[in-house]
Formats: sequence, structure tokens, C-alpha cells
Amino acid sequence: MLRAILGRLLVALPTMLLVTLLVFSLQLLLPGDPALALAGEERDPEAIAQIRAQHHLDRPIPVQYLIWLAGLLRGDLGTSLKTGLPVAELIASKLPVTIELAILSMLVAVAVGIPAGVVAAVRKGTAADAAANIVALAGISIPNFWLGIMLILLVSVRWGLLPASGYTSPFEDPLRNLQTMLMPAVVLGTGIAAVMMRHTRSAMLTALRQDYVRTARAGGLPERVVVLRHALRNALLPVVTLGTLELGTLLSGAVLTEQVFTIPGFGKLVVDAVFTRDYPVVQGVVLCAGLGFILMSLLADILYVLLDPRLRT
Amino acid sequence: MAPIERVSSPGARVRRKLARHPAALLGGAVVLLFVAVAIAAPLLAPFDPVKSNWLAVRRPPSAAFWLGTDELGRDILSRLLWGARASLLAGLVSVAIAVGVGVPLGVLAGYVGGWLDALVGRLTDALLACPFLILAIALAAFLGPSLGNAMIAIGVSATPIFIRLARGQTLQVVAEDHVLGARAIGCPHRRILLVYVLPAITAPILVQATLAIAGAIIAEASLSFLGLGQQPPAPSWGSMLNTARSFMTQAPWMAISPGLAIAVVVLAFNLLGDGLRDALDPREP
Repeated sequence: MLRAILGRLLVALPTMLLVTLLVFSLQLLLPGDPALALAGEERDPEAIAQIRAQHHLDRPIPVQYLIWLAGLLRGDLGTSLKTGLPVAELIASKLPVTIELAILSMLVAVAVGIPAGVVAAVRKGTAADAAANIVALAGISIPNFWLGIMLILLVSVRWGLLPASGYTSPFEDPLRNLQTMLMPAVVLGTGIAAVMMRHTRSAMLTALRQDYVRTARAGGLPERVVVLRHALRNALLPVVTLGTLELGTLLSGAVLTEQVFTIPGFGKLVVDAVFTRDYPVVQGVVLCAGLGFILMSLLADILYVLLDPRLRT
Repeated sequence: MAPIERVSSPGARVRRKLARHPAALLGGAVVLLFVAVAIAAPLLAPFDPVKSNWLAVRRPPSAAFWLGTDELGRDILSRLLWGARASLLAGLVSVAIAVGVGVPLGVLAGYVGGWLDALVGRLTDALLACPFLILAIALAAFLGPSLGNAMIAIGVSATPIFIRLARGQTLQVVAEDHVLGARAIGCPHRRILLVYVLPAITAPILVQATLAIAGAIIAEASLSFLGLGQQPPAPSWGSMLNTARSFMTQAPWMAISPGLAIAVVVLAFNLLGDGLRDALDPREP
């Protein structure tokens, strides 16, 4: 088992290195002199020369990359051009908000997607199956930022039930926090619930055709026990792994959801950074998202090895 | 004597199988309508989509303005019709970039194998690790906000899926007997790739491209919503939603139609893609 885990780790390392190369290469896309782009409004030649020296822009590109990588290994993601704060610190301050949104959205996705997938598979070919498929397709097709705007219109503007925007820390006021996060979590969770429903349906259909399910039925077990205890337990394994890999969708969706509901998280940080041309922050966010995704994939692989005895040898 | 079974052409088989999917046909019809609207927008739009009309600011839907007007008095229907062009263009161009870069790379990686395959594989993993929209935002940020750069950003972000698909399909095709035979008799590599590999992988690429257009339309709308795609005053469904957000209490109609248009078109491409996948699958009867 250790060998299997080590093997996956060995594949993940070069990918991580390539992600760092990719993120570093982003700054090569800046049109013209990168020192001028980083200087923003500043046109003083001395200040520009200082920026050039500070960012090692006078050195060859491979050397610049190595210096940047060395900083990265020390946890230095650079300094925000706008606030002057370390990028790592900025990201660390915003990340908990996005993690909370991600967890709540995942809860919504699991609570809706898995039962819907099970019902669709058990009642394959019926109206319930068709309805679940149509809802899932709609969930994938409706842009989540529009769904957010529509929910705000209905729930906040018309009915006045929940706040339309803003964020309160759960440590300050847990109830208010839940009120502000409920709609964003539903918006972000819907798309993932649709994907999860499709995966669960497909995995359940495969599981329901297996011999052990036929044996359980032949043994006279009630259908509920066969479906929930025998088929679902086995079908959930790939669903859990695929759910972990939905992190990318979750982060992409979080950028838009945080923008719609004005939530001060990771996604809002990157959008604000884009408009203030705070390039180190943009790079830092892409890097964290990429490395986070690789780590989550690795975790999913390890979980798979731990959960599936056939992969341990 | 047993009756001779009529063998239908692959095209006729696909058409017959597609006809059994009413949802896919509906999706196809909506896609055709969307393309027609995008092309004929100058003829169909009742008003100039960018000209302000200060006498008709934030008017609700009426006989004169079917979908109402926006904060500058511009007709929302006209902007919606013109906005279809930005969505169609973004969908087609960015997927063309992804297919144009991804398919040759994937085919070469699968055909040549060895270090090239390993390098392309790791590069694909690295690109796939960066969440689609975050990578597109970063690329659009560094390239500068415009519809053209948004299309490049979306195209680059969608490329790894095509690399992976083309590589996997190529590996399957080159292991088949007729390709092994062609290699054994000394058929040049270029001929094998053009005559055997490319035609065999076209169907799955076509299905993926249809689904990718749906993703690209949402991505363009998302980038325009964030202000990184189509720039004002040019109309785009995403930027219309971005503006609508500021007038939700005063003019809620501004937010309804652009989002509905995105959802309907994306749903249509998804339905068509799902139908094409079944119709082009040789294992399906």
C-alpha cells in the first residue's frame, strides 16, 4: 500500500513543479516591459529601476524562475503591489471564508445529488428518473452567478427572508453567518449536486447489476436494505473520489458566487487583484488553487487505496 | 436464399440514431436558431444596441420594448440579439483554439509515446490542476481584458481535455490490427496519422467539442460578468448581467433575459452533445 501511495506522490511532484512554471510564465504574457506594468501609475525612472531590481527583472528568465521558486519553498509568494502585504498572508486571511463556503456547498451537493442519483437509478426509465436527469442537466447549464442574482431578487428583494450580500464570521455571530452563507452555498452547491447526481446514478446502475446485489435479493433481503446497504455502499466509492475532484469546479464557482454575494473570500481577492493589476496576488491565487487541487487529488487517490482493498496489493 | 441485409452508410446510421433522441434534436434546433439569430442580429434587432436613449431609461417590458430597457435606455432585446454574437464567437473560437492545439499534441503524444508522451502528460496534468475559470481569469488579467483575450484564455484553459482525449483515442487506434498491419508494411507515419488515426478519433472529438462550446459560452459570460471579457458598450450576455446586478431593486427585468438566454443555449449544446455521443457510439445499436 505504501508503494502505491509513494507512486502517486512521485507523479504529483513533477506536476506541482510544472504548475509553478506555468504560474511563473504568466508574467511573461504582460505586454511590454514587465517593470512598467508592475509600476502601475509610477513613472519615475528610479522607482522603475528599483522595481526591476526588486523583482530580479534584469536577470535571465530561467534565473528569475529559480529565484521565485526558492522564495516559494520558503513560503514567500511575493508582496501585494496594492497593499504591500505578503501575498501568502493575504491568501491565508481570505481562505477560511472560501473554505467555509466550499464545505457548505459540498453539504448541499451531497444532500441533494446523492439521494437524487439513487432514486434515478433505482427507478430507471420512470418519470422520476427523467425528472432527475432534466433537473441535473439544468443544474449544469444554468450559470451559477445568474442563479445567485435570481435568488437575491426572489428571496432577499421580494420576500426579505435572507440578506442579499455581506459576510459575518461564524465566531462573531453563528446565526447571522448561516443566514449570509445559505444562499451562496445553495447557488454553488447546485451545479456540483447535478454532477454528483449523474455520477451516483451511473455508479448505482453498475452496482445494481452486480452478482452480490442479485445474491442479496435472492436471499430475501428487503429492497431498501439491498439498495442502501449493499449497492450504495459500493457505488459511493467512485462518487466520493469524484466529489473530491470537484474542487476545481468549486473554486471556479466560488469566484463568481463571492462576487455576486460580496463575500470577502479567495475568489473576490483574485477578481479585485485583477482590477488593481496586483499581479503577484493573481499568481499567488492561481498557484494555491493549482497546488491545492493536486493535493486534493493525491488525497483522493490515497483514500481510494485505503477504502478499496483490491488496490492495496 | 436469405434476404440481403441492407448496409446503411455511417452518416445515415448517425442520422437514424439521432432521430431517436428528441431531446438532442430539440437541442440541435435551438443551436441552429441561436446561430441564425447571431448572424442576423443586425436585421432582427429593433434598436441600436449601444445608443443611449435618455427618454427611456429603465423602462419595464412593454409593446415598444419587449424586454424593457437598461440604465442607459438601451433596448434589452436588441442587446440580447447582438450579444448572441459574442457568445457564439467565444464558443466557436475558443473551442477551435483548444481543438487546434490539443488534438495534434494529444495525437503526437499517443503515437510517438516515450518522453514526449510523458512531457505532454505532465503538462496536461498541470493545466488541469488549475481550475478552469481561475486560469482563464489569470490569463485574461495578464493579457488584458477584451473579448479576443478572453477567447484565447478560455481556449488555453480548455486545451488539456482535448489533449487527453486525443491521446487516449490514438492509443486505442494504433493498437488495432489494421494500423499494426499498415505499420508492418512500412506505411509512412504521416499517412497512418492522416488516413487511420485522425478519421477514427473525429467522432469523440466532435462530441467533446459540442460540450466544450457549452462550457466556453458559460466561461465567456463569466469573464464578461467579471469585466474581463467583452468591454462596454459592446453587448454581451455576461456584461449585461454584471450591469443588472446594480439595479436589481429598480429594474429586475434587466437580469432575467440575459441569464435565461445563456441557460437555454448552454442547455441546447449539452443536449446536442449528449445525443451526438449516443449517436456516434458504435457500440450503441
